[in-house]
Amino acid sequence: MSVDTATVKKVASLARIAISDSDAERLAPELNNILGWIEQLGEVDTSSVQPMTAVIPNTQRLRDDVVTEGGQRDAVLANAPQGEHGFFTVPKVVE
Amino acid sequence: MSESTYRIHGETGEWEVVVGLEVHAQVTSNAKLFSGASTAFGAEPNSQVSLIDAAMPGMLPVPNQECIRQAVRTGMALGAVINKWSRFDRKNYFYADLPQGYQISQLFHPLVGEGSLEISLDEKNPDAEVKTIGIERIHVEQDAGKLMHDQHPTRSYVDLNRAGVALMEIVSKPDMRSPQEAGAYLAKLRSIVRYVGSCDGNMDQGSMRADVNVSVRRPGEEFGTRTETKNVNSVRFVQQVVEIEAKRQVALIESGGKVVQETRLFDPDRGETRSMRSKEDAHDYRYFPDPDLLPLELDDAFLEACRESLPELPDAKRRRYESALGLSAYNAAVLTADADTARWFEALLAESVRVAGKSESELARPAANWLISDLFGALNKLGKDLDSSPVSPVQGAELLALAADGTLSGPLAKQVFEIMLETGESAPKIVEERGLKQTSDTGAIEAVIAEILAKNPNQLEQYRGGKEALFGFFVGQTMKAMQGKANPAVVNELLKKALG
Amino acid sequence: MSDLTELGVAGLRDGIRAGKFSAREVADQFIVKVSKAKALNAFLVETPDHAIAAARAADEAVAKGETLKPLAGVPIGMKDLFCTKGVETTAASHILEGFKPVYESTVSQNLWDAGAGMLGKLNMDQFAMGSSNETSYFGNVISPWRRGGGDNAPLAPGGSSGGSSAAVSAGLCPGATGTDTGGSIRQPAAFTGISGIKPTYGRCSRWGTIAFASSLDQAGPMARDVKDCAILLENMAGFDPKDSTSLNLPVPKWEDGLSADLRGKKIGIPKDYRLDGTPAEILNLWDAGVEWLKDAGAEIVEVSLPHTKYALPAYYIIAPAEASSNLARYDGVRYGLRDLPEGANLQDMYAATRAAGFGDEVKRRILIGTYVLSAGFYDAYFTQASKVRTLIARDFEIAFSQCDLLLTPTAPSAAFALGEKSADPLAMYLNDVFTVPSSLAGLPAMSVPGGLDGAGLPLGLQIIGKPLDEQGVLNAGLAIEQRAGFVARPEAWW
Ligand SMILES: [Mg+2]
Ligand SMILES: [Zn+2]
Repeated sequence: MSVDTATVKKVASLARIAISDSDAERLAPELNNILGWIEQLGEVDTSSVQPMTAVIPNTQRLRDDVVTEGGQRDAVLANAPQGEHGFFTVPKVVE
Repeated sequence: MSESTYRIHGETGEWEVVVGLEVHAQVTSNAKLFSGASTAFGAEPNSQVSLIDAAMPGMLPVPNQECIRQAVRTGMALGAVINKWSRFDRKNYFYADLPQGYQISQLFHPLVGEGSLEISLDEKNPDAEVKTIGIERIHVEQDAGKLMHDQHPTRSYVDLNRAGVALMEIVSKPDMRSPQEAGAYLAKLRSIVRYVGSCDGNMDQGSMRADVNVSVRRPGEEFGTRTETKNVNSVRFVQQVVEIEAKRQVALIESGGKVVQETRLFDPDRGETRSMRSKEDAHDYRYFPDPDLLPLELDDAFLEACRESLPELPDAKRRRYESALGLSAYNAAVLTADADTARWFEALLAESVRVAGKSESELARPAANWLISDLFGALNKLGKDLDSSPVSPVQGAELLALAADGTLSGPLAKQVFEIMLETGESAPKIVEERGLKQTSDTGAIEAVIAEILAKNPNQLEQYRGGKEALFGFFVGQTMKAMQGKANPAVVNELLKKALG
Repeated sequence: MSDLTELGVAGLRDGIRAGKFSAREVADQFIVKVSKAKALNAFLVETPDHAIAAARAADEAVAKGETLKPLAGVPIGMKDLFCTKGVETTAASHILEGFKPVYESTVSQNLWDAGAGMLGKLNMDQFAMGSSNETSYFGNVISPWRRGGGDNAPLAPGGSSGGSSAAVSAGLCPGATGTDTGGSIRQPAAFTGISGIKPTYGRCSRWGTIAFASSLDQAGPMARDVKDCAILLENMAGFDPKDSTSLNLPVPKWEDGLSADLRGKKIGIPKDYRLDGTPAEILNLWDAGVEWLKDAGAEIVEVSLPHTKYALPAYYIIAPAEASSNLARYDGVRYGLRDLPEGANLQDMYAATRAAGFGDEVKRRILIGTYVLSAGFYDAYFTQASKVRTLIARDFEIAFSQCDLLLTPTAPSAAFALGEKSADPLAMYLNDVFTVPSSLAGLPAMSVPGGLDGAGLPLGLQIIGKPLDEQGVLNAGLAIEQRAGFVARPEAWW
């Protein structure tokens, strides 16, 4: 699998990281190098193997249906870069 | 159901529409799916937000048992396979209403597998034309927050109160072939979740909304490319979307175009669907198992408890109303279509049994008739529903008992019911205080009849000359003179005697 | 007054208990030491008030004759990955600059509940991604160690818990918290001549710890010796209902259970860890370790972990994949940095914020993670890696049917110079070759110092245990510690 600059840009866009053309050109061989190395995994015969689901055997606990949190708007908004009237705000979205 | 007959008549021939629905139903629970914040509707912005819902660094989800239980019960009500082993996946995309940058959902191993439900397009005889619609799966997932665009000229406001509320996504198979079928499916599904109590079904509050997948094809051919119209929030709108989208696709194909697989939005004001370009590049969701959560493993005791807690479901109830209570197919269908109606009817019937001391099967028919024609009619006029009915099941039962034991004639009963609606008073009290009792006093009735015959010599002559239809005239005059209180049977008998 | 900063966790705890010195004296001395060690860049935030408050509480308890809490008056350093209420927490990233959590992580809360105080927040590789502490937005941590012979090249303290390793080895704090995703406690411990243990996955709650790769992240202590590690771990671990992956098990009394007597224990030596190109000094230390464990009564057996070579590539799929998703929340909406270029829409704002806020290594891993999860590649990469992970865990299971513990080197080299490997990401990744397999399997593992290389730099030995056998790991670590006679300390130049 070879990653070209167009792919790097596409992936960066999916990941919402702005990159310049020169960034993409620098990253392409770097990512290729890493992905090429990763691809040795393909050698392993895993046809009869299940993917790992829990690292240490453990079962999912479930919480009770009780309201334990809320009414803490100031704390929730305390670190917001921008907010007003109890809302977070973002550049206007056109849907 | 007979072969689908719904067709789009295009310029190049007939087209068949293929519909599948993905219904998002908000699970009834106190707290959210993965946090302890409240799900209550209509709170102050961001007042029902946990640190988890706001995706603060290091915050972790723990699933709410009630949300799992309700989804399992819903699956059971749809006769679906319950997967004892399921797990949560992350669906990754960036949007301001999605604080984590991913929605915790289920893709690879949903909680509920295949099931089905039956729809009917014949209201009068629901068992006559039945079609089974396949359910593909039900999975549990988080709802997103809410964006407001009209509060500020250049900013959108973000309210996370809904973020993290549990949804069931109920995915049908592409088994529907007309707008009517799609509407019937959604209505039936809504009925079932309301019976089960897993969702309140309030479509106008967004508790239930459908993504409508529509494609068209030549009858019998391969499926065409489908579009998905998001968040359609009423049965009527779903029907409109199917029709509009099918016609749009046919016109597009016939004019040489191609349907693209895309997400669309319904604009009810303009009666059209349009492409949602703003979400176009969000297609690669990079699903993978959520590493913050473990596989969900359900034991037999949990499943058994879910099964035991299921109520009688609408189809079973409808059939029982027909067979055990002797109701007409139509009445049984009307009374069981909604859980609230059935609950009200059963309360009315139970009270009737208590008040009148007769069996259910004897009392069911008049109770059903009164509920459907009288009470529904009255509520309709008042713009109210059963929840806000000014007449309670107990009061209804008292009224029916007075009609059944002859205390009230039909017209008198209607009159008393009118007064009940206005005053909220009980039927016995109204009858007692206003003297609205029916009378069978033959002396009084005979006196009135004699007076009426004397006042209407012409009619009397015609009647005796063979115009028997005038009998009704004399009954009416007598009843009117008796202010509706005379027992009609006695009036008939005495009139026949008097008229000779 | 004697130099109390020479004491470790146990020494300080016992001295305060015995009234030999006050907790306040301890706090004051460490606070001074921290403030004078700016050249190491180990601390991002200094919190003397926190340490003093804990000291005051300890001294009051002593005065009243109350039973002291397990860590009463012991000041520690807190890796900046742990959210601390009201104290800036950044994961060493620009994107979280200025972020003050309104909550306290479970691990740090457990430590405060045990009476410990905080000297400050420790520098680290950004979002715990790195093995040299060169990816911090707030500058490299400089190892207190230097090569002998007048070579003053600044060395890497290891990573990602590089601030922790530097601070403990320089004596700025008696112990510190670390986190380990693929070796981030063990490798920096080895680089700086201290001990560190990563417990079984699920022992320490992840709640309130900024996530890197959720299925791998585990907190653990870093300290001067094995006993101090046992004490700290006891007070960090514990069941937490707020973390779905937390193990609902009591915390053993690891300190009480310490014993260097390994009679009846079998130690496995995985032959697959004998990699080509491993320096002779490392192999020699490994051999010495074998002898020390034999001397402690253990029997040595050779075992095989045949999928070892696939551990790193599997890790570099799984960890970036999880990270790419875990780090999606840093979007400039609810906290942290927001970069809003003129006329930018929402999606532009995300891209600009994340471009400005994340460092190169973080971006690299997000891109790899995004790529391996993207349409068409998921099965070939992520599913295959998850299956290989199963095989790696199975390798360990089979090995542990033949032995109780495994002994390996911690890292394939001693500390390298800053800048030496930062240009080649792959070379950097290979640093974790010995630590990653046990991380993938969720096993407890620790590094203890074993000796010095020819340049006078510390080398570490790694002990890996069965799930939940932290005690066995600590005991073997203690046996090595007692026999290795490692007493070297970096000479203060800072
Ligand atoms: Mg959908
Ligand atoms: Zn959905």
